[in-house]
Amino acid sequence: MEKMLNKVFVATITELPENLGRTVYVGEGKLELAIFKLSNGKIRVIENRCPHKGGVLAEGMVSGEHVFCPMHDWKINMSDGNVQAPDIGCVKTFQTEVQNNQVYVLLPEN
Amino acid sequence: MKKQKLVLIGNGMAGVRAVEEVLKLDSEGFDVTVFGSEPYPNYNRIQLSKVLQGDTEIADITLNTWEWYEENGILLYPGETVTSIDTVNQTIVTDKERQVSYDKLILATGSVPFMLPLPGADKEGVTAFRNIEDCERMIEASLSYKKAIVIGGGLLGLEAARGLLNLGMEVDVVHNSNTLMDRQLDNTAGKMLQKELEKQGMNFLLEKQSAEIVGESRVEGLRFEDGEVVKTDLVVMAVGIRSNMKLAEESGIPVNRGILVNDHLETEVPNVFAVGECAEHKEMVYGLVAPLYQQGKEMAKRICGETGNGYQGSVLSTQLKVSGVDVFSAGQIIEEEETKSVTLFDDWRGVYKKVLVNDGKITGAVLFGDTKEGTRLLNLINKRAPIEEYMDNKGAEEAGADLIASMPDTEMICGCNGVTKGAIVEAINAQGLTTVDQVKGCTNASRSCGGCKPLVSDLLAHTAGDAFEQNQKESICACTSYSKEEVMEEIKAKGLTYTKEVMNVLGWSSDEGCSKCRPALNYYLGMLNPAEYHDEKESRYVNERLHANIQKNGTYSVVPRMYGGVTNADDLRKIADVADKYKVPLIKVTGGQRIDLFGVKKEDLPNVWSDLDMPSGSAYAKGLRTVKTCVGADYCRFGTKDSMGLGIKLEKKFEGLNTPHKVKMSVSACPRNCAEGSIKDVGITGLDGEFEIYVGGNGGTHLRKANLLAKVKTEEEVLETTAGFLQYYRETADYLDRTSAWVEKMGLDHIKSVLANKKTFIELNHRMDEALSVVQDGWKQALEDKTLLRDLYQNLKVPAGSN
Ligand code: SRM
Ligand SMILES: Cc1cc2nc3c(=O)[nH]c(=O)nc-3n(C[C@H](O)[C@H](O)[C@H](O)COP(=O)(O)OP(=O)(O)OC[C@H]3O[C@@H](n4cnc5c(N)ncnc54)[C@H](O)[C@@H]3O)c2cc1C
Ligand code: SF4
Ligand code: FES
Repeated sequence: MEKMLNKVFVATITELPENLGRTVYVGEGKLELAIFKLSNGKIRVIENRCPHKGGVLAEGMVSGEHVFCPMHDWKINMSDGNVQAPDIGCVKTFQTEVQNNQVYVLLPEN
Repeated sequence: MKKQKLVLIGNGMAGVRAVEEVLKLDSEGFDVTVFGSEPYPNYNRIQLSKVLQGDTEIADITLNTWEWYEENGILLYPGETVTSIDTVNQTIVTDKERQVSYDKLILATGSVPFMLPLPGADKEGVTAFRNIEDCERMIEASLSYKKAIVIGGGLLGLEAARGLLNLGMEVDVVHNSNTLMDRQLDNTAGKMLQKELEKQGMNFLLEKQSAEIVGESRVEGLRFEDGEVVKTDLVVMAVGIRSNMKLAEESGIPVNRGILVNDHLETEVPNVFAVGECAEHKEMVYGLVAPLYQQGKEMAKRICGETGNGYQGSVLSTQLKVSGVDVFSAGQIIEEEETKSVTLFDDWRGVYKKVLVNDGKITGAVLFGDTKEGTRLLNLINKRAPIEEYMDNKGAEEAGADLIASMPDTEMICGCNGVTKGAIVEAINAQGLTTVDQVKGCTNASRSCGGCKPLVSDLLAHTAGDAFEQNQKESICACTSYSKEEVMEEIKAKGLTYTKEVMNVLGWSSDEGCSKCRPALNYYLGMLNPAEYHDEKESRYVNERLHANIQKNGTYSVVPRMYGGVTNADDLRKIADVADKYKVPLIKVTGGQRIDLFGVKKEDLPNVWSDLDMPSGSAYAKGLRTVKTCVGADYCRFGTKDSMGLGIKLEKKFEGLNTPHKVKMSVSACPRNCAEGSIKDVGITGLDGEFEIYVGGNGGTHLRKANLLAKVKTEEEVLETTAGFLQYYRETADYLDRTSAWVEKMGLDHIKSVLANKKTFIELNHRMDEALSVVQDGWKQALEDKTLLRDLYQNLKVPAGSN
């Protein structure tokens, strides 16, 4: 069965800084996301906690499709959420939609 | 065909390598089960010395990863010890009461360190040096204790002693004979070694017999038979090892000094093999990996039903793994009556070579100071080659490449792993290898003690040519082959102005670099062109981007400047008010003589700074941190100079400066040095009539005592000399090298001579002024820039259900 998705407005695209992350709290502290605008203009949204020791990924250094965790420098692919070798793990990724300059994140309904 | 059950007891270097050899010959024939008392996958025991010496970490010495066992279908029981073997029913039992049956059993239980049975040897603080646990115990002891004694002046003892020195302990090495490593070295080499190690800070107590370990519950000293007592907090016993053959013996497998095996490593009991340090072959028990690996190979052939000549014994060679000391020995060391020798003794360069000859054949060698020829000599000894073969080649040896070229393909390069020149050359050519690490990955060469790395590297240069040359310079990071010097040259020559441009023009392998090169490029660009460069926030580490230190829970700390550690009631009141207003959970006095507010939320940072209305202390910066000061002439009865005043001047002059790594300074007003100038990047000591300027000190991970750079008369000269020194550091250091590492690389004399040149000195000062002229306070800058405030400090909050 198809999963229902909830479309949540998170930012206006022009207001997002390039190659820097921003923290987004959805609901009352339930969900914390890191949203990134890459240098090619694409938007990436991932959960804002590093699988290593919970570093806030929104403050990481962004290089292409990857973000380096600010705590101990794990390298994480923002498209598929995979931690890059030699470390192992993955973070949740979220799909986005951009309409009229507005960025929406698609969250699973619950 | 049904698979045979192969059980290995002992998850160590010899056993696991033997299993690797079995799998290489027959990957389908066996169900392999491995038991290991240690709770780790197979690791490189040899490298424990390097772990202790701080050159590598425990995490990096794994030889076979957990995945390797999985991928090869090997059932591993780590942390489980086999307690008995029933050789009739072919089963074993473990301490977890597991019972497993076998078709073939390999014993590879290694050895146990021999502990001198001294009274008091059971006290806390007495340890061996054999496994990860021992290593961790020593590292831990070094955190709370100062003094260590190593009993045993052999290979293991000296490596342990060097490690303990690196960990900041004072070390005495106790040895019962009058020369070090007397089992491997002759007298001359032993004495040279002692001199060299004494220079490194080791203290030797030779011809001493230990009698008792004294102390309450923990060791407090070591008493010798002559009655002398030496104080110590830690005793490391490195006096030898004994085959670990208890299990075999109790199970009725015949033993002598080790478990008795034949040329095929079979014990006297059917289907039971033994390999490694626990095995005795032709009255020899080996304690180095090269022979153990050869044994494994022969044993694998027998287990897989292949024919082979069997194991024929090995000639031993050793190399000491202590940085700065090159020692090698192989084969016979002690001259007998009919032995002749070829000797070279160059006291000036500290080189000693001796090649022993019996009946015209090479039988042994000792090298000190220059060990390049080690592997070659070992090969000659193994072949029992005539001495002419060595002498004839001596001329060619000066040109390293010729030596490599003239080696036959069968010549051994990596003694530990038995890898020949031919095998390496083939791998380089077939797989296009260009780095030593790749060769290691493909052939095993240099995977154990690492002693053959220089040879492998020569061989790469010879075989892969330019491709290898490219790889040899230290490149900035994995995205490029350019070194720092080359990148700086290119930036200047091509007028490059931002990081992405550098990466594009110089052909970086990734479009936007990585967390290593981006901050480095950002620094080099800013340093080369201070007036015009636009600092890139997105190429800064989080602390420097946000001008605050991130904490493990994602909050931040705030450290305002407190010039020279001097404060006043107004500032303290402001700090107190801010702490109340923003409910700061912790206020702490730092080690840098100022106050730190911990646990501030990111979105509160700008308001906290604005309320404080004090400059940033840059506690996050690769730049000037603190200038600690002592009380000084105005109050202290010993003070000769106004240390606080000078400290404040220094801090005001250099605050906000970007440097390759952080810079810490101090000013003390007399040699008592209360502001700890000997561990600062720049430490000033005021004396009656002059100032001493010390540089390159470090109190951090790698403790380093500062060197005296200059003595000057006036405060003005202190400021200028410091500026010249720091600017030269800014211009030539690798990003993330502290001054301590940089001074070591450059050499103090070189730095002195650069600063002694009047013209250069003035130019350095001039460029420093230029760099300082564009400095801005990080907090103020953020507060004045609305976009920056939004981009960096705001979080978004959105309700969950909004559409
Ligand atoms: C706050 C302070 C500890 C304290 O409460 O006393 C401190 C805290 C940190 N130190 Fe330190 N160091 C502090 C004085 C020191 C000192 C002592 C000194 O400066 O007199 C040293 C040894 C002296 C030296 O540097 O030579 C010191 C050696 C280090 C090192 C190792 C540097 C090295 O070259 O080996 C690091 C790691 C680094 O910088 O890469 C480090 C890194 C850190 C960081 C920034 C770790 C980080 O990157 O997040 C810590 C931030 C903690 C936090 O949660 O905010 N800290 N740190 C001290 C701040 C002084 C100040 O007022 O600015
Ligand atoms: C600090 C240090 C430096 C060294 N440097 C060098 C060097 O430079 N060059 C060199 O060639 N060699 C060096 N060596 C020696 C080399 O490490 C050993 O020769 C080699 O590790 C021996 O391999 P092994 O498999 O026989 O024994 P080990 O590696 O000791 O493996 C035996 C394993 O079996 C386990 N075991 C024992 N009994 C049981 C049981 N009943 N059930 C389950 N498991 C059991 C043990 O816990 C151990 O993990 C060094 C050793 C040390 C400690
Ligand atoms: S010593 Fe420094 S880096 Fe280490 S925990 Fe303490 S504050 Fe953090
Ligand atoms: S928390 Fe992300 S790397 Fe450690």
